[in-house]
Amino acid sequence: METKNIMIVGVGGQGTLLASKLLGRLLLGKGYDVKVSEVHGMSQRGGSVVTYVRYGSKVYSPIIDKGEADIILSFELLEAARWTEYLKPGGKIITNTQQVNPMPVITGAAQYPDGLVEKMHSAGMDVDAIDALSLAEKAGSAKAVNLVLMGRLAKWFDFSDEEWMAAIEQSVPAKFLEMNKKAFALGREA
Amino acid sequence: MKTLMLGNEAVARGLYEAGCSFVSSYPGTPSTEITECAAKYPEIYAEWAPNEKVAMEAAFGACLAGKRSFCGMKHVGLNVAADPLFTISYTGVNAGMIIAVADDAGMHSSQNEQDSRHYAMAAKIPMLEPADSAEGLQFAKLAYELSEKFDTPVLLKMCTRVAHSQSVVEPGERVESPAKPYEKNGPKYIMMPGNAKRRHPVVEERTNALIAYAETTPLNRVEDGSDHKIGIITSSTSYQYVKEVCGDRFPVLKLGMIWPMPEKLIRDFAAKVDLLVVVEELDGFIEAHCRNLGLAVSGKDYFSCIDELSQNIVAEKLGISHENGTALQENIPARPPVMCAGCPHRGLFYTLAKNKLTVLGDIGCYTLGAVPPLAAIDTTICMGASVSGLHGFNKASGGETEGRSVAVIGDSTFMHSGVTGLINIAYNESNSTVIILDNSITGMTGHQQNPTTGFNLKGDPCTKIDLESLCRSVGIKRVRVVDPYNLAECDQAVKEELAAAEPSVIISRRPCALLKYVKHKAPLVANHDKCVGCKSCMRIGCPAISIVDGKAVIDNTLCVGCGVCQQLCKFDALESGKEA
Repeated sequence: METKNIMIVGVGGQGTLLASKLLGRLLLGKGYDVKVSEVHGMSQRGGSVVTYVRYGSKVYSPIIDKGEADIILSFELLEAARWTEYLKPGGKIITNTQQVNPMPVITGAAQYPDGLVEKMHSAGMDVDAIDALSLAEKAGSAKAVNLVLMGRLAKWFDFSDEEWMAAIEQSVPAKFLEMNKKAFALGREA
Repeated sequence: MKTLMLGNEAVARGLYEAGCSFVSSYPGTPSTEITECAAKYPEIYAEWAPNEKVAMEAAFGACLAGKRSFCGMKHVGLNVAADPLFTISYTGVNAGMIIAVADDAGMHSSQNEQDSRHYAMAAKIPMLEPADSAEGLQFAKLAYELSEKFDTPVLLKMCTRVAHSQSVVEPGERVESPAKPYEKNGPKYIMMPGNAKRRHPVVEERTNALIAYAETTPLNRVEDGSDHKIGIITSSTSYQYVKEVCGDRFPVLKLGMIWPMPEKLIRDFAAKVDLLVVVEELDGFIEAHCRNLGLAVSGKDYFSCIDELSQNIVAEKLGISHENGTALQENIPARPPVMCAGCPHRGLFYTLAKNKLTVLGDIGCYTLGAVPPLAAIDTTICMGASVSGLHGFNKASGGETEGRSVAVIGDSTFMHSGVTGLINIAYNESNSTVIILDNSITGMTGHQQNPTTGFNLKGDPCTKIDLESLCRSVGIKRVRVVDPYNLAECDQAVKEELAAAEPSVIISRRPCALLKYVKHKAPLVANHDKCVGCKSCMRIGCPAISIVDGKAVIDNTLCVGCGVCQQLCKFDALESGKEA
């Protein structure tokens, strides 16, 4: 099988690492060769972060390059727009509509672009936009945005509920399990 | 059972399986997780040393005592530990010793892009270079065998993409390594000139023996291809990019042992291909070796010595078609890393910026004090350079700069190599003002304990080095502590210490806002009836505050109620939130 590429992008601190770990574990369980590439260190401090998940019969490179991503899963709207160049022709963007202002916008040195979802649509990109923050709050915590988005991503995989639930159980602390499962379900149904 | 592991985690697993029982390291991205993961095995004694030199010397002592030992560090850490490195090469080891060094091509979290392979050649120490997690585990185990067989420490070279990528490994069982009794052996271990002169030829013979080993070891392997127009020599993550792009088309010589390199193996490989190309990140290290062998070779004429490689770069340079993607035509603002909301460094840097001071900075999260709007840092060089640099700066100005320049350094960085600079300030008498940003943790590398926190790597309580006593004991009489959440207190302390006629240390003390034990206050609330939109609160660069339609808005998912912005608002528009 040809290698499939999923980029998980967002703002440092949003929980992108947990999402990529969960997905990596699930894919390994399905018998794929898997590589997950992470970002640690300084760039995590509120900066733009990206994690690469690649799977197939044999995966060599740990990173995803421009024009290669089958899916870009974005935790923040501006970040979805930032990484569009990495999308494969015909690839899909799943993005949270939440906006987190970067420092140049906060200080007034730059503007947060308007209408990014529409602009991506107009550019011919396949965009699935979802208000993951509201759904996460509905599930019980704004911090569950990552599980809402995983739920949304789940629609594009042929994995059973049991498989997803097992992966979630392995990846989140027991005391937040029910809330995270609820967030996942809300994302999947939305 | 197959499992996904970070490259660093896999190296730790390899250490464990090989019977390693002593680990001493200093954290540094992208090397930190090797030691953190090793510390989770009860069979391994693991510690954070104050710096890489101490770590390497401790690991050497442990191998001398007869236990397999390890130390890990980032590329610039190896500069700190270079002194023992070059001489441990002469003494060799008793039990096996591994030194991991993690390079950071692309400088994701580093101040330079040095290529640590040069150290292997310069110090005449064999270096293995895994290309994924499975090799990380396997090479770590093999490195101990080589270390003991050839009587040498072994360098294990990681890079960001191997260290911080998870790939599939199959862990095995630990095999205990019997302790080798220590026996006094002056000619081997006392490196005074007479003995060292006799050890140097031993090192050269060892290198020759290792070259012979390199010819046949499975660490270096040829993967044949169908098209012999090009033959590629590569290693590490570059190997993955080559295979991604070329598959089995071109023959590939993958080097797992990057120093010393084989001669015959490379010559034979070169003879079978029309064009020999080396694909490697950073410097032309393998390429230079090929040239020394008199081979016609390409490498850095195609692949830059700047930044990382990737599959697209490799494809482009080898003339293989690839997709480049289409970016959205839109001006996307950059999103640089920032100090977190509630970061205790913010208030202090605001004070320094407000007083328009020259600030010699150091290595840590607080380097972000250089970013607008605070823009409060003048230099960042290496661990400890703020303190020692300030001394030189003030001496050279004949004392003229003493009243308007400071050094800022974190607690962990101060213990690493700031204290020696402070000793120089006391001893050689510059009237310098040093600010220790004590956030009670090693922050940027992800919350590691250090000698000032009172806890060790395993999380157990331990001796806590008292910063105030330490500074006083080296001869600094003026030592005071401030709370960086209190701007008036910070301002007064900075002004008074700069005005004082002797050197001083200000300890800006408050734990990192991300530490789990830190209790936060409720998020502030912006009162829009009072806010006049003057933007005074924006001067501290807090990610939780923005101006929307001319009024301050607090992001209550980020704000931790630290109250620094409240002290800037003349209209009391930023109100404390109600505690839940």
